[in-house]
Amino acid sequence: MDNIILSVKNLNVTFAEQTGSVFSKRKEHSVLKDVSFSVKEGEILGLLGESGCGKSTLAKTILGLNKQYSGEILTSVTYPQMVFQDPYGSLNPSRTIRFHLMEPLKMRTNMSRAEMEERSVEMIQKVGLTPEFLDRYPAELSGGQRQRICIAQALMVQPQILIADEPVSALDVTIQAQILELLSSLHKEMGLTILFISHDLRVVYQICDRVMVMKSGQIVESGPVDEVYFSPKEEYTKQLLSSAGI
Amino acid sequence: MKSKEKRFNFICGSILTAIVVIPSIISLFYTPYSPEMMDASSKLAGVSMQHLLGCDNFGRDVFSRIMVGSRMTLLIACGTVFIGVFLGTILGAAAGYFGGLLDEFLMRINDAVFAFPSILLALVFISLFGSGKYQVMIALGIAFIPSYARIVRGEFIKYRNMDYIQSARLAGAGNFRIMFVHILPNAFPVLLSSIMIGFNNAVLAEASMSFLGIGVQPPDASLGRMLSEAQTYIFSAPTFALFPGIAIIMMVLGFSLLGEAWKR
Repeated sequence: MDNIILSVKNLNVTFAEQTGSVFSKRKEHSVLKDVSFSVKEGEILGLLGESGCGKSTLAKTILGLNKQYSGEILTSVTYPQMVFQDPYGSLNPSRTIRFHLMEPLKMRTNMSRAEMEERSVEMIQKVGLTPEFLDRYPAELSGGQRQRICIAQALMVQPQILIADEPVSALDVTIQAQILELLSSLHKEMGLTILFISHDLRVVYQICDRVMVMKSGQIVESGPVDEVYFSPKEEYTKQLLSSAGI
Repeated sequence: MKSKEKRFNFICGSILTAIVVIPSIISLFYTPYSPEMMDASSKLAGVSMQHLLGCDNFGRDVFSRIMVGSRMTLLIACGTVFIGVFLGTILGAAAGYFGGLLDEFLMRINDAVFAFPSILLALVFISLFGSGKYQVMIALGIAFIPSYARIVRGEFIKYRNMDYIQSARLAGAGNFRIMFVHILPNAFPVLLSSIMIGFNNAVLAEASMSFLGIGVQPPDASLGRMLSEAQTYIFSAPTFALFPGIAIIMMVLGFSLLGEAWKR
């Protein structure tokens, strides 16, 4: 249980902002400052923070989608996967659900078409949809259904870690509960490790084992959920909790 | 109301296109007269039961020549658009997807080519490589690349940072696969309607090049060539100039109506 599968050490990310022409000096803009943490196998780790504090940048950097960083990202995980915030932008409108589910298998494994088909059917049932959805296009699905497909797509290659970047904040409350339910059941069933990014304190409390609080690119506090929520040490955490009415 | 208008465009476009395209396909197997057969007795004959659209200055049947000529024009237009779309898509995709210096480099070349009128560019090409139907096709095709490259580039810039592209990258898709399997299908609707417009431009460009005598060479018939041959006889045999002109109009109008109907 205490197996660390992802550790981030002194991660710094700065973006160079292009102001004016190609020749003018670039403005450096620091997004993540000296971020260090580690994720244990089989836990759900929450990452709390207000909008624009660098949560998504952290996620993308861990996944290797952002290559301009300094510091260390050590991981034993082969294919970390991600669920994006906006279910309306994370599925390709001109491709069927089948294509979405099979794509990771086509790229990462050399399964036959029949095996891929079988796995897709299996997975789509696991996320609570029926195999008829395979032939549909994203436009025919609701937000909650899309998010289920996104989760299914992320889980196709059986990743050890799933990064969920605000997976429920674009959904309405009842659907939110369903998606959270799905994530925690997948967590129990498959022993999936989840890095759960959110700005919603209630959601994090509901689902996470440990939580980190982020403020303008720095992690200010971390610990088990109960500890952080009921005896916060940092001023910022207290502010955050009181503004959420907890 | 909008869809009614589209329906109207679609029906009219289909009819006009069919009137031109079907005879040109039939001409592969059958023409009323051989398009090259000269008949001295019916030089510049008017409209009659024997020669539906009259005869030209050598006594060749105009109807048969329009059938064969529109086939040639369509062939050249198809080839032109194919070359333009194919290379334009590849260049535009690379420029839009990778961005940065490659984008700057490709787009400046694009602008330079775009700055020349397509006829002028084709003229340069033909003076280098000689005239003929394949040369026309390649010359116009090259002149058509920039407009498609620009359209495709715009679409790629729009889609390259979407979440589903990031998700495809996480799924393990390489750059090439992302460009042509994940992004390109999203660019099709815009590309399709610009293909129809480009097709019209290609028909007109081919007709004007043949009219100027730098396009299709005799004895091949093309609509532009027929018009240029007819201009000397415009008063003595007006039908000879009229019908190839009508064929061009119908072709262009038909395709632009179809393009209008397919537009999103």
